[in-house]
Amino acid sequence: MSDVVVQANHVSKEYRINRFQRKKTHERSLREDVVGLLTSPFRKRDDSGSIDSIWALKDVSFDVKAGEVVGIIGRNGAGKSTLLKILSRITRPTEGTIDIYGRVGSLLEVGTGFHAELSGRENIYLNGAILGMGKREIDRKFDEIVAFSEVEKFIDTPVKRYSSGMYMRLAFAVAAHLDPEILIVDEVLAVGDVQFQKKCLGKMSEVAHGGRTVLFVSHNMNAIEQLCGSAILLEEGTLAEYSHEVSSVISRYLSDAVDETTSPFVWANAGNKFDNPYFKPLKMSLTNADGDSISGVVNRRDAVWLQIEAEIERLDSALIFGYAIYGESGTPLYWSLQTDAPQEQWLKIKEGRWVFRSRIPLEVLNEGHYRLELIVGLYYVTWFCAPGEKGPVVYLDVHGGLSESPYWVSKRPGVMAISTEWVGDLK
Amino acid sequence: MTHIRIEPRSSWLAMEWREVWRFRELLFFLVWRDVKVRYKQTVIGIAWVVLQPLVASFIFAIIFGNFARMPSDNLPYVIFAMGGLVPWNFFANSIQRGTGSLVGSAGLISKVYFPRLIIPVASILAGLVDLAVVLTALIVLMLIWGITPTLAILTLPLMLLLAFGIALGASLGLTAINVQYRDVGYAMPVVMQLWLYATPVIYSSSLIPENWRWLYGLNPMVGVIGGFRWALFGTGMPPLAELALSLSVMIALLIGGVLLFNRMESRFADVV
Repeated sequence: MSDVVVQANHVSKEYRINRFQRKKTHERSLREDVVGLLTSPFRKRDDSGSIDSIWALKDVSFDVKAGEVVGIIGRNGAGKSTLLKILSRITRPTEGTIDIYGRVGSLLEVGTGFHAELSGRENIYLNGAILGMGKREIDRKFDEIVAFSEVEKFIDTPVKRYSSGMYMRLAFAVAAHLDPEILIVDEVLAVGDVQFQKKCLGKMSEVAHGGRTVLFVSHNMNAIEQLCGSAILLEEGTLAEYSHEVSSVISRYLSDAVDETTSPFVWANAGNKFDNPYFKPLKMSLTNADGDSISGVVNRRDAVWLQIEAEIERLDSALIFGYAIYGESGTPLYWSLQTDAPQEQWLKIKEGRWVFRSRIPLEVLNEGHYRLELIVGLYYVTWFCAPGEKGPVVYLDVHGGLSESPYWVSKRPGVMAISTEWVGDLK
Repeated sequence: MTHIRIEPRSSWLAMEWREVWRFRELLFFLVWRDVKVRYKQTVIGIAWVVLQPLVASFIFAIIFGNFARMPSDNLPYVIFAMGGLVPWNFFANSIQRGTGSLVGSAGLISKVYFPRLIIPVASILAGLVDLAVVLTALIVLMLIWGITPTLAILTLPLMLLLAFGIALGASLGLTAINVQYRDVGYAMPVVMQLWLYATPVIYSSSLIPENWRWLYGLNPMVGVIGGFRWALFGTGMPPLAELALSLSVMIALLIGGVLLFNRMESRFADVV
């Protein structure tokens, strides 16, 4: 078995849905069951396989070696949380087994079991015990925990008087000092302000690089990319991919995650819209550096080009075309026109069918969702596709690839996200 | 290196006692939390523990002792009633808390692993502190009234152990069922009310006709209350037959409770 510390064999988990209410509530009343038994006493009580059940996980197998940091990604409902719950022994699998070699600690939530009436000090002990630490272990780490949480002054105040930030810091401080051989973490970083998330991620990377085995669920692709040496992609309860090529797993996840109905990344001229002899747009899409079509969900490190196909029947020296890009709140970020450069560098336009391409400078964009709108017109004469009106539009989602720095792993405030050059002189 | 195998389902009988032992510190912390939190933000705090049965006893003394002139085994009615209410309240509160314990800890159950048995056990253990306080008050009250305990008081812990065992056995089953069927939580207050009247708490068991005593004794609390009064006041003979019945019922409840709890445990996190 060499150094495999987690070995999952054909793990499946079935959740049964209430027969009488047919909705995903697990609360049943005795009356409903008795009535059910009276009205249909011979119905088979075991209903596996019928529509009353959902397989949250289906035949998932994988091995994790000692010291590996594995990211688990997937859409909501793909089975990530169920897998973590089974790994942390909160619930049992319906089928299959998992062998774990080593002491497991799991953090599915920060501050589980905190009691509002108890002081910070008391909650450290209570929460520590709940997470599986012994009293002596907590005694030993107590000062460190308090220092990390930065709430020294209020350590004997009931936590109900804490601000939510203080509360989170204290809760995370306890969790961060859990040191099992195998750590299981769920989206703990999704809470708190940006400052706090930084701190959590810092601690996480300390743990991840400290030789500990970690299984880590997150929607933060930057964090996964930075912290994990391999990644598992779950899709509808099955294991779609498990690889050490973290970025390729992430790309697959991102391209599967595209919701084309609401955010199309291709626009095609159906019928005869925007008809004009000077520049009739036919298609707008996104491509990579080689001109191959790509989806609208991209990593910031990717090379992404906007491709515009158009029919030009009559030449006019006043022709301008390009695109405008808008951020999530609808703020225009910039315009880019083919005629932005000095005149001698402009394309020599002739009649015919054209394919124009322009590289989108992702290196200045923050993580987020962008709208790219085609602009076409005759300079100071007329618009064929006016900015801000219902012109052709494609969408772009930028996820991950912000920086190689361990201190820049999540989205920052600001419309732009740029790495600028720094110099320094020792005086 | 520790090895854990996660499997679909534990067997009926295999309770993971070793896991329970490993998490004994958590048990201690949960009890400590319950005790610590219970009377926060009250002015007289733990005095409520004494005040509640004391006031009830005075009311019973006035109604049953003064007006109805019911027998009280030749004791002042207040003392007699307290002697029943103290073990009964411990028992009734234990069942109440025990039954609601798993549902009340839903947050813990769905987020952290530990042997679930710890939850109902902790909720009942936490009641022992209240019991100790109110018991002390009762003994002080007895001394004021000029009633001195006899050597029989040495058996008092046994009676309390019996009450503890019965409450635990019943709670284990009830709290497990309550996870799936919340009806239990609503039914319990009514059941406890009826149970109170079927137990010689505010009246003396001497009121029950001799030839019905065996049936009456099937209520395990009859033996406990009778035994408790005997241990404390030392009057008459110990109710040995009833105590034996109580003990048998306790053992049956504990075995049944553990089996039922164990059977349902694997689904708690999914259902709660």
